[in-house]
Amino acid sequence: MFSDFSAAELTAIFAMQGFAGLILFAVFVLMALGLAIIFGQMGVINMAHGEFMILGAYVTYMTSNLFANHFPELFGSYFLFAIVLAFFAAALLGVIVEWGLIRFLYHRPLDTLLATWGLSLILQQAYRSIFGAREVGVVIPDWLMGSYQLTDMIEVPINGLFVMALAVLATVTVAVLMYRSRWGKQVRAVVQNRDMAGAVGINTARVDRLTFALGCGIAGVAGSAFTMIGSTGPSSGQLYIVDTFLVVVFGGAGSLFGTVASAFSISQSQSIMEFFMGGSMAKVLTLLVVVIILMFRPQGLFSLKVRR
Amino acid sequence: MPFSSFKEFMPRQDLLSFLVLALVLLVALPLALDVMRLNQVGKFLSFAFVAVGLVLCWGYGGILSLGQGVFYGLGGYALAMYLKLEASTPENTAIQTTPGIPDFMDWNRITELPWFWEPFYSLTFAIIAVVVVPSIVAYLIGVAMFKRRVGGVYFAIITQSIAAILTILIIGQQGLTGGVNGITDLRTLKGWNIHTDEASYILYFVCVALLFVCLLVAQYIRRSKTGRILVAMRGQEDRVRFSGYDIANFKVFVFCVGAAFAGIGGAMFTLQEGFMSPSFVGVVPSIEMVIFCAVGGRLSIIGAVYGVLLVSVAKTLFGESFPDLWLFAMGLIFIGVVLALPNGIAGLYANWVAPHVDRLLDRLFGKPGEPRIDVLQPSSQGASS
Repeated sequence: MFSDFSAAELTAIFAMQGFAGLILFAVFVLMALGLAIIFGQMGVINMAHGEFMILGAYVTYMTSNLFANHFPELFGSYFLFAIVLAFFAAALLGVIVEWGLIRFLYHRPLDTLLATWGLSLILQQAYRSIFGAREVGVVIPDWLMGSYQLTDMIEVPINGLFVMALAVLATVTVAVLMYRSRWGKQVRAVVQNRDMAGAVGINTARVDRLTFALGCGIAGVAGSAFTMIGSTGPSSGQLYIVDTFLVVVFGGAGSLFGTVASAFSISQSQSIMEFFMGGSMAKVLTLLVVVIILMFRPQGLFSLKVRR
Repeated sequence: MPFSSFKEFMPRQDLLSFLVLALVLLVALPLALDVMRLNQVGKFLSFAFVAVGLVLCWGYGGILSLGQGVFYGLGGYALAMYLKLEASTPENTAIQTTPGIPDFMDWNRITELPWFWEPFYSLTFAIIAVVVVPSIVAYLIGVAMFKRRVGGVYFAIITQSIAAILTILIIGQQGLTGGVNGITDLRTLKGWNIHTDEASYILYFVCVALLFVCLLVAQYIRRSKTGRILVAMRGQEDRVRFSGYDIANFKVFVFCVGAAFAGIGGAMFTLQEGFMSPSFVGVVPSIEMVIFCAVGGRLSIIGAVYGVLLVSVAKTLFGESFPDLWLFAMGLIFIGVVLALPNGIAGLYANWVAPHVDRLLDRLFGKPGEPRIDVLQPSSQGASS
């Protein structure tokens, strides 16, 4: 399939698709970060993760409307407020869900899957009732529009760069929180042995709730970032959930570095193959390779070595 | 026959449940419903095949597959391909550029029948494929996963990805598979029109009969030594392994049986509905099938049938009049079942009704029933990963 192109063209194709892949990578990282915390650390299969993302997207949509109608002079900066609001809205919903549902199911991980699937149905219908069934998009402020022209064949969209910066920021924040803060130490202690952590004086219920809320909050940020790239509908969340789980599992649940690495490899192979064989076949092939690798290395690429 | 008596194969309470189900499906529903509704129930029952398989895999084996839609779809497509070829005779498709091939291939400018369609000219091949293709796929997945001791959550996510892959593949390869619309416009089976009222009645009874065959196979497995090992494995996998059993083989076996059931269900759906499409293959329908099983009770093969019927009937009746509220209700049902009724309606029956029924039977027949060995206990299954 490469023979039809000259070497220079191939380089440009790889560079261009590679860059498109970087944007996809940023999206995957944002989606998977929250799940890496909720699923990778806590072991909760949150099938409603996509709906938490969509909540972030709708919050962004509402914020942009609010700014356009009431503070038009500040419209350029609405997105920064929207990200913060999206984080807190999703995190708040996360606290409620953890309190009302998840905390009863920590010892039955497969049941969290069913219960959160029910939750995702409820949330989807709620979005449909509140915002309508149509997809909504936001107006991107001027400073995020346009693109840099690197060479005559390669151009770089600014909103893509912004999403990437956001992904880097979120990843670094989570890494610092998990591996450098006192709270992160508590989270990891609770995850490894809930009873023992409780016995040494960690308030496990509080740690669980905050961890779940953090994961959901990051999902909200991811949803906020989506609005830069595409439009949002009530059931958009379901489109991403399989990819997100696969990214986390492929990287090795519980390993933050693994999540980033697997998001990178999946997004790059998807994006580069897309040019040669079309979107759906590229996706099939990527997922298939990931599943086959997982069959040989079920614990994921970069799993932590733990004694079971 | 490894059972010493019929009673060991089918204890009194189980026999009673089988008889009641037979009464409901063979007598009550056909008498009470008109042909359109009965056809609808028949389609619901095609999901019961999947749910019964899931009881064996998930309830007994502790392996949750989120990819049962794959097997349902493979079975359904296998039969749909035969029916489509039968419907695409050169005379019926004379207006096409290439007569004699299915219409959607013609629309996608494919001029030759793809090689994997060729064998489906034979009905025997198609019927064998309905059972064998899903089993082979399940075998490959099962061997790859269980021999390497992948289980629990990871197995669920990988099977879910496989469901996603197959859906994307079917939709992407429009010319070969019919794409999003699926394989439609199926008319006859060996010249027999499947859309008449008479055909609906006959297909309903065929569906029920096949369901009972599957239920009896499931009952056989669950009462046999294999079933007992599965239950032991679900609770303490390592202990069973250290006792010298190859865990993986038991898991692969039960997963293949579940897949074969699902394939039959898919084929029965195709026959009764007259089409097959990727909307029964993907992630969402696969999870719905798990939920049918959970509502019915993940440890009860008969309960699974009732679970399918109850949820589907509620979806149809309630969903027709209040589509918005129905999704809320469905979400709440799932959450409620998981939180309050881990063993579904079958668990309710076993805990509250079955003791009274037992006492009544004792009084009627004057002898105490055998002690119930598999009482549904609200334990935490499927927690292993």
